[in-house]
Amino acid sequence: MSIWNPRFECMAKDELEQLQLERLQATLNRVYRSVAFYRKLFDQVGLVPEEISSLDELARIPFTSKTTLHQSYPYEMFAVPLREVVRLQCTSGTTGEPVVVGYTRNDLAHWTEVSARVLCAGGVTKDDVVQICFDYSLFGGGLGFHYGAELIGASVIPGSNLDPARQVVIARDYRTTALIATPGFGARFAAAIRKKGLSPADIYLKRGLFTGEPFSEITRQQIEDALNIKATDNYGLSEIAWPGVAAECEKKKGLHIFEDQLVPEIIDPQTEQVLPLGEKGELVLTTITKEAFPLIRYRTGDITALDTSPCECGRSLIRMEKVTGRTDEMVTINGVSFFPSQIEHIFSQIRGVEARSCLVIDRRGDQDIVKVLVEVSEEIFFDEMKKLQDLKSRVEREIYRDLGITVKVTLAEPESFARETEGKRVIDKRERN
Amino acid sequence: MLTIRNLRSYYGRMQALKGVSLHVKEGEIVALIGVNGAGKTTLLNSIVGLVPSVTGQILFQGFDITHRDPREIIRMGVSLVPEGRELFAPLTVIENLTLGAYQRYRRDEKSRIKSDLDAILGRFPILKERQSQVAGTLSGGEQQMLAIGRSLMSRPRLLLLDEPSMGLAPLVAAQIFQIISQLHRQGTTILLVEQNAGAAFKLSNRIYVIETGRVVLQGTSQELLHNLEVKRAYLGREYKDIRE
Repeated sequence: MSIWNPRFECMAKDELEQLQLERLQATLNRVYRSVAFYRKLFDQVGLVPEEISSLDELARIPFTSKTTLHQSYPYEMFAVPLREVVRLQCTSGTTGEPVVVGYTRNDLAHWTEVSARVLCAGGVTKDDVVQICFDYSLFGGGLGFHYGAELIGASVIPGSNLDPARQVVIARDYRTTALIATPGFGARFAAAIRKKGLSPADIYLKRGLFTGEPFSEITRQQIEDALNIKATDNYGLSEIAWPGVAAECEKKKGLHIFEDQLVPEIIDPQTEQVLPLGEKGELVLTTITKEAFPLIRYRTGDITALDTSPCECGRSLIRMEKVTGRTDEMVTINGVSFFPSQIEHIFSQIRGVEARSCLVIDRRGDQDIVKVLVEVSEEIFFDEMKKLQDLKSRVEREIYRDLGITVKVTLAEPESFARETEGKRVIDKRERN
Repeated sequence: MLTIRNLRSYYGRMQALKGVSLHVKEGEIVALIGVNGAGKTTLLNSIVGLVPSVTGQILFQGFDITHRDPREIIRMGVSLVPEGRELFAPLTVIENLTLGAYQRYRRDEKSRIKSDLDAILGRFPILKERQSQVAGTLSGGEQQMLAIGRSLMSRPRLLLLDEPSMGLAPLVAAQIFQIISQLHRQGTTILLVEQNAGAAFKLSNRIYVIETGRVVLQGTSQELLHNLEVKRAYLGREYKDIRE
């Protein structure tokens, strides 16, 4: 079990704090100088960056959020001129407007480095054949893992978005030893092996690194059993680094956050106050090495808790629990994130009337099953069956086209809608932990 | 070895440093770059206690040396080669060097001071040649060597160098950089202020970029070399050169 960069991953606490402070102060000075948004934000609360003289004082700075990023679309939050940017990625546009994330050459180097740390923590070495089953597209994941695996020196297969059946053939023929995917894909991969009449013994997989969706212990166990591998979790977000915010080591006791690159905080999402160590709340991240797209106190919307107790692996980095939920209503289904309001929007465009909806999400086997309950007035039920059926399938089609997810639409009268939903917009029956 | 947190230095009502944090680890050579007036010299002077009005924290080997007497700081093992050398022009080379050990005389180190003096004259043969010449008559490069030699006489563990190549011909400057790199290899930890950013990049492990009293960038020399802003502002290359 090795550690990719012991200098930073096993740094003594006081040394790390000094490094974080230096990097934080330089970042604050830069964003205040170069990003109009931050200058305004600081000025509004009467703060000059040099007043921040300790990591605790970070709490004096207001938050940034996804909304901020949407408002500054595309380039308003960049801290360097575009000509210094060598890569543009974006966050998945399914949650409203997309966010463009720029990387300078140094940003890419750091991203590659943290990606290598993630892979190394999951046990990947230069002797592994790594198959990356993330789309090599705007959203980061695939390319991020790819560069990290190459830095380690592994043999990398850019499996990208090929379907599980073909990925299985590649894995068997190329003797893949490490699989990089979403947990859902891992399960579908296992199913594809069975379908081909193969068993885990026919392929060479030893480990899998999973990210991008809720990854419960039950799912982990299922994947580990089905593929006969060691499965680890890792966490990232496209706005900052995906992969590359935190990674589980083979001890599986929480995800180590790369604190030399990021300062994590946990806040109460309602009161917005910083919570004491160990309490569960919303993860807030401040980047301290980013040049092109630094984010100060960015609210991730993910619920977790931090743990400073030492880990047997030897890393001194703080750990976060597996993400156990979202602060907002954003839901993630089979790796695609969206808001329930988007479904209502699709429905209302078809019908020309506003409608309330509720998502009922469940997990059957390895797939997320989504039922969309839509509240409709009683008179719609006087329409002929065929018309109703057409409406439902049209809504399902449009949702698939716009969001890329398969759902089953059920129309409900106000009374039964209220009874079934109990006023909630999302009912998530999936197991989380 | 050296850890600075939130250093603010004032000249009267003028604030020259606005919350600078930096560190130098044992065995490192760290460079500060920035335009004139950014606060680099103030930073070095603050470390050795020459700026009376400072707040923040300066730790040297774990001990807080903020607000300490400069003599005490030098005794602890910090030595400054000041900007413009600040030699005693009417005194001879030997006398200048000997004064570098001023703090050590009280401690009855005469024989060790003598051997250090010999070692330094051995390291700088040109100074040996001119040992009884007065400092004011030396060339720029020789004066810089003398200033460095004088600093070494206090047996520093941390050497602060303020613009050692200033006013020197390129060949002479290269010689000085060679000496600095040699000192580093022999185990002296160095914090260097240098206007010749190219040389600073070559010599140092890490770099801090200071702008109007604040650190705006920091990282390994390799990292900063990839930062186009640094390239443009301090290495004097045009966009088209960078692209090439």
